[in-house]
Amino acid sequence: MIQLLAFYLFAALVVASGLLVILARNPVHSVLWLILAFFNAAGLMILIGAEFIAMLLVIVYVGAVAVLFLFVVMMLDIDFATLRAGLVKNFPLGLSIALILLAELVLGLGANSAGVLHLGVADGNAAPLAGAPNIEAIGAVLYSRYLFLFEAAGVVLLVAMIGAIVLTHRERGGIKPQNISKQVARRPEEATVNTQPEVGKGVSL
Amino acid sequence: MTAFFQSLGLPFEAAWLIATIAGILLIALPLMLSVAMVIYVDRKIWAAMALRRGPNVVGPLGLLQSFADGLKVFLQETIVPTAANKGIFLIGPIVTFTVTLLAWAVVPFNSGAILADINVGLLYVLAISSLGVYGTIMAGWASNSKYPFFSAMRASAQMISYEVSIGFILLCVVLWADSFNLGTIVEAQKGHVFGILNGFGFNPLLFPMWVLFLISGLAETQRAPFDLTEAESELVAGYQTEYSSMSFALFWLGEYGNVLLMCALNATLFWGGYLPPLDWAPLYVVPGIIWFLLKTAFFFFVFSWVKATVPRYRYDQLMRLGWKVFLPMSLLFVFMVSGYLMLTRYGA
Repeated sequence: MIQLLAFYLFAALVVASGLLVILARNPVHSVLWLILAFFNAAGLMILIGAEFIAMLLVIVYVGAVAVLFLFVVMMLDIDFATLRAGLVKNFPLGLSIALILLAELVLGLGANSAGVLHLGVADGNAAPLAGAPNIEAIGAVLYSRYLFLFEAAGVVLLVAMIGAIVLTHRERGGIKPQNISKQVARRPEEATVNTQPEVGKGVSL
Repeated sequence: MTAFFQSLGLPFEAAWLIATIAGILLIALPLMLSVAMVIYVDRKIWAAMALRRGPNVVGPLGLLQSFADGLKVFLQETIVPTAANKGIFLIGPIVTFTVTLLAWAVVPFNSGAILADINVGLLYVLAISSLGVYGTIMAGWASNSKYPFFSAMRASAQMISYEVSIGFILLCVVLWADSFNLGTIVEAQKGHVFGILNGFGFNPLLFPMWVLFLISGLAETQRAPFDLTEAESELVAGYQTEYSSMSFALFWLGEYGNVLLMCALNATLFWGGYLPPLDWAPLYVVPGIIWFLLKTAFFFFVFSWVKATVPRYRYDQLMRLGWKVFLPMSLLFVFMVSGYLMLTRYGA
C-alpha cells in the first residue's frame, strides 16, 4: 500500500517535472525542474530495491552534473525573445524526434508484451546473487565478468579528462603565480639583503 | 519501534507510520534544541578566545541568547526584494534547512538506535550533503543581486571541489570497515588498534585521512577559514544578504545543523561513534549515546577553535588546496589502504 502510493507519487512527479523542464520559460527553472525529476527517479529506483543506483543518481547527477548545469545556465545572459525565435524553425526537427521516440516506446511495449527478454540469465552465469546487497552484487559482476569493459571505460574517461585539460589550458606570460612551497621555504637570512648604497646610486636586488 | 506500536494492537502500516514519525521527531526536535545551544557555545568559545565575554545577558550566563535571537527574527517582517525571483527566493532557505535534517536519518546514536538502517548509509550522507549546495545557489541566484550571486558561484565550485576528496577519504573508511552501513562501520572500529583502541582514527594509515576529512568538512560546511561564501569583507553577507526574518533564520539553523552533522560524522567514521575510546569493560557502563554526544561536542569545539584562530583563505588558495593537495593525497591513501588490505586481509 505504502509502496504503491509512493510509486504513484514519484512517477507523477517525474512526469510532471519532466514536462515542466521543457515548458518553463526561464532556463534556470528548467534546470531546477530537471533536478526534481532526477530526484524522483532516484525514489523510483529505491522502490525497486536498487538503492545503490539511486544513491549514485543523486550523487552524480543531482550533486555534480546538475550543479554544473546550473552554474553555466545562471551565468547566461538570457534573452527571452531570441530563445523563442527559433521555435518555428526547429519545430519540424523536434516533431520528428518526438515521433521517433514515440515509435521506440510503442515498439518496446509491443516487444515486452510479446515476451520478456531475459538478458544475462541465458547461460546461467549472471543470475542475481541471492541475499547480497546491491553494492556487492554489482561489484561482483563488474570486477569479474565486465572487468575489461569497466577498465576500458575508466581509460576513456581519463583520456577525455586529460583532453579537456590540454585543450583549455594555456600558458599566459606576465603573471606571477603563487609558489606556496617556495614561500614556506623562505628564511629571513636569504629573503633580506642588507646594503649600504651610496647616495644617488640605486641598488639592484 | 514499529514492533512496540504493533503490540498496542495497531495494524502494521499504521504502526510503521507512527513509529517513523515518532523517530523523526525524536531526532529533529533535540537537534533543533542543540543547534540553538551550539550557536551559544560557538559565540562563547569565540568570545573567550578573543578575550571577550560573549553573550551573558539573556538568562543565566546568557544561555537563552539563541532563543531570544530566534524570537526576534520570528517577529520580524519577511522582506522579498521586488527584483527577486519570488518562488525560488523563498524555496532556497527551506531547501537548506530540510536537507540538513534529512542527513541525520542514518546517523547511529547508539547500538541499534538509528532511524533508517540502510545498506548505503554513507552514500546517502554523501548524496544528501551534495544537495545542500542547492539552497545556497537558489538563494544567491533568486536574490537578483550581485554579491549573493558571487557567493552562490563560489559555493557551488567549493562544494564540488571538496566533495571529490571527501569521496576518496570515505572510501578508505569503507574499505576498512567493509560496509557502507554506518552502524556496521562503528562496530568495525571495536578494538581496531591493538585490540584495545576503538576508532579508525588511531590507525596510522587512516589518521591522515581523518585530518583531511576534518579540513574538507570545514570547507564543505563553509565554516571559517573557508567561509568565502559569506566573506563579509568582500560579499557583504554572501547569499543571505537579501534575507530577513525566518528565511534568514532557516539558513542559520541549516548551517549549524550541517556543522553538527559534520562533527557527528567525524565521531562516527573515525573515532568510534557510540563506542567508548577504549575497548575496556567498565567504560561500556556509560551509555553509548553519551560517548557519541561527547565526541560530537568535542569536534564542535575544534570547529569553533578553528573559526576563532585561523584567518580566511583566499579563493585561489582554497581551490589549490582542494584539487592539488587533498585530491592527490586522498587518492594515494586509497591506493595504500587497499594495497595494505589486499596483502593482509585478503591474502594477496
